[in-house]
Amino acid sequence: MREFSWIIPLLPLLSFLVILLFTRENRKLSSAISIGAIAIGFVYAISLLVRQLGDNSEFEMRFAWAVFPTMSLEVGILIDSLTTMMLVVVTSVSMLVQIYSLGYMHGDPRFSRYFAYLSLFTFSMLGLVLANNFFLVFIFWELVGLTSYLLIGFWFEKKSASDAGKKAFITTRIGDLGFIVGILLLTIYAGTLNYREVFAQAAGGVIPTAALSLAGVFIFCGAVGKSAQFPLHVWLPDAMEGPTPVSALIHAATMVAAGVYLVARSMAIYANAPTAGMVVATIGIITALLAASIALVQNDIKRILAYSTVSQLGYMIMALGLGSFTAGTLHLWTHAFFKALLFLCAGSVIHAVHTQDIQFMGGLRGKMKITFWAMFIAALSIAGIPPLSGFWSKDEIVTATMGHPVFMVLTLLVAFMTAFYMFRLIFLTFFGTPRDQHAYDHAHESPRSMTMPLQILMVLSICAGWVAIPWLKEGYSMFVYYHEPHHLTPHYLIMAISSVVALSGIGLAYLMYYKRSISPDALAEKFKPLYTTLYNKWYFDEIYDRIIVKPVLALTSGLWIFDNGVIDWVVNFFGKFTIWVSDLKQWFDEHIVDGAVNGLGYTVWSFGALIRQVQTGRVQLYGFFIVFGIVVMLLIKVV
Amino acid sequence: MEISLTHYLALAAVLFGIGLFGVLTRRNAVGILMSIELMFNAVNINLVAFNRYVTPADFSGQIFSIFVIVVAAAEATVGLAIVLLIYRNFRDIFVDNINLMKW
Amino acid sequence: MDSAIAPYLFYLFSFMIVVSGLLVVTLRDIFHCALFLIICLFSVAGVYVLLGADFIAAVQVLLYVGAIAVLMIFAIMLTAKVSGIGIKQQNEQVPIAIITTVAFVAIALYGLGKTIWNIKTDAVISGDTTMAIGKLLMTTYVVPFEIVSVVLLAALIGAIVIARRN
Repeated sequence: MREFSWIIPLLPLLSFLVILLFTRENRKLSSAISIGAIAIGFVYAISLLVRQLGDNSEFEMRFAWAVFPTMSLEVGILIDSLTTMMLVVVTSVSMLVQIYSLGYMHGDPRFSRYFAYLSLFTFSMLGLVLANNFFLVFIFWELVGLTSYLLIGFWFEKKSASDAGKKAFITTRIGDLGFIVGILLLTIYAGTLNYREVFAQAAGGVIPTAALSLAGVFIFCGAVGKSAQFPLHVWLPDAMEGPTPVSALIHAATMVAAGVYLVARSMAIYANAPTAGMVVATIGIITALLAASIALVQNDIKRILAYSTVSQLGYMIMALGLGSFTAGTLHLWTHAFFKALLFLCAGSVIHAVHTQDIQFMGGLRGKMKITFWAMFIAALSIAGIPPLSGFWSKDEIVTATMGHPVFMVLTLLVAFMTAFYMFRLIFLTFFGTPRDQHAYDHAHESPRSMTMPLQILMVLSICAGWVAIPWLKEGYSMFVYYHEPHHLTPHYLIMAISSVVALSGIGLAYLMYYKRSISPDALAEKFKPLYTTLYNKWYFDEIYDRIIVKPVLALTSGLWIFDNGVIDWVVNFFGKFTIWVSDLKQWFDEHIVDGAVNGLGYTVWSFGALIRQVQTGRVQLYGFFIVFGIVVMLLIKVV
Repeated sequence: MEISLTHYLALAAVLFGIGLFGVLTRRNAVGILMSIELMFNAVNINLVAFNRYVTPADFSGQIFSIFVIVVAAAEATVGLAIVLLIYRNFRDIFVDNINLMKW
Repeated sequence: MDSAIAPYLFYLFSFMIVVSGLLVVTLRDIFHCALFLIICLFSVAGVYVLLGADFIAAVQVLLYVGAIAVLMIFAIMLTAKVSGIGIKQQNEQVPIAIITTVAFVAIALYGLGKTIWNIKTDAVISGDTTMAIGKLLMTTYVVPFEIVSVVLLAALIGAIVIARRN
């Protein structure tokens, strides 16, 4: 049955085509087709996972597509434990998000198109995960970028939304440039792009280390773009302009995870080129720290979650860079569920109070019970409170930093900040007195289509991480591994320290935002410069605008002026030339042609006027002519 | 000199020429008709002369000239009737002046 | 008529024909023209007699002079008001007509002179042409005879129809 796994991405693709071509007017049918396609995919993915759990062998299907003398580009599928895990993540979160969208996007004029785009995205992501070579994964990589652009700018009438879509696409494109260079390097040094062949060569030392490092760093560039790592992280917060379910699906669980997946898949490269691995890890922790610091002071509920995503991705990248395949992928697995849940809950809250600013919320706990409990559980999970899923994966990450003290300290700092800002959000949104009475009065719990996915994800946020409980005999690391399946060793000290860190983060938030014993405003005043910097996201957008965007726009204007001037001059010249030619022709036509014609006519007329005089109408003249003619004839004949 | 066929033919030719001249130059419609009668007479002289000198036994020449005379009479009748009609309508029988259809 | 005076008669008649003919076509007064036409027609009858065609001569006098010329005179008299003295009787084509006519006659005479006619001079001229012509008319030429009567009828009716007052 693994041979037919290409059906999983095919169904959403068909759903996209059918909706776009045929069922656009029928909203119910379009959403039904979309959800049906992904549901079937989900069931298939689950069965693949079950099968893989029983028999963890690799399965590959390859078709040579473009054959060249030195190598060939191929289309194919590679299924192993990582693939099945990713398939389940993508299909399950997609399905829940689509069901949630039934309620959230209700009444939107482009409802069908939304589901078509979601289907296209799901197809792209599933293809990315199933691909067996770098070329194919790049194709799907770009498709994912395209659909992300379409979905972020879904409400394109808002300038900020269409701008955000462009920003996302362009920023990730910059990363993709590095990705292509990495692929080219692999083509040169490995002679193939097939995963298994490349990784075999990397592990076997066939590729020179310098080249491998370089290839690894460049391939990582793609991940930097797609997973919003420093310095290409700027697009993700802006991408919150898209509908909240889109944010949940793409910018929490799947697309941004594609970068992590790529690094995980290419583990052989990073494991065998330590320099590249260190680069990856460094970027990861910097990102994690940077994003967490910004999230501390943001007021837009989705922004907080966006920076949180960037930070958590940094965690995963760092873990992978430090060599812990298990930690990185495990956190990807658990993060997908609780981050999606956080976003969907945020969507639920926004739907209720019609604002995204937490300064205007408060006391919603009583009015939105399901949403509150779901978000609360998710926040506990991300903070890393045992025995929720987030605790196990975060623990693994901290364990991975053993042996790198600097990394460990920074990781724990980030954990503290994560706990703090998440519970700041919780306390400000759901507790206390409502700051906007009008919004509070109108708040209500969301419809069933929206709360049902919340409940499912809540359960997953609790227990998804249990697969990695270290005392398990056949745990996560026995299934998803690099090199060798191994058992996780419990590090009780680490567990204790991380729990304390998390609880202290929550405690500080409690003091500041619930009990109000420490005033956030006073703190902000005291550390004004730091606060302002953090609030303005370390001025990344402004810097990029100055040094990149403005010069490019200036160049564009310059080129446009040139284009306008030169091209227009040429076109106008042709226009004038044509007019001149036609004037010439007109003169010619008037004087020469008409002259000839008129002259001819005049000649005929005058000749006729001359000859007309023969016809006097006087019979005697005619008689004379007759006689004259006879005389002439006789003359000729007789004489 | 012996009068032979040639003389008569010459006479007829001259008479014909005179008649022809009259047709071409007379302005009076009746004058034209009279000139035409002269031409008929010239033809008759020819016919009878030929009959006398070429086929004396056969009288077909004379019979032909009878017919010519008869037809000339008919033609003169109709012609003069027309002239009268024109005179009645135009008060004028000079063919130069009857020019309604001339350009 | 083969007698001694035949040539003289011929020249006399010819002279009369030519002169009266000329006068017919040139005189101003149309009535005089008609009268000279009568003289001309008489002379032609005389020529016929010379040629031995006595019946034709008689018919000529009867029809041409007696009917046609009289008809002409009638017409002249009926249109008399217009044709008066002082009005030009000949049109401006005279010069060219003279040239052409003279040329025509000259050529004809020249042609006549050159041709050798098939003259049978040994034939007998019968004096009683009337009976012969009558016989011929009723036998060989009966069809043209009948037709010509129809022509006359047509002319008669035609003339009446044309000239009647409505």
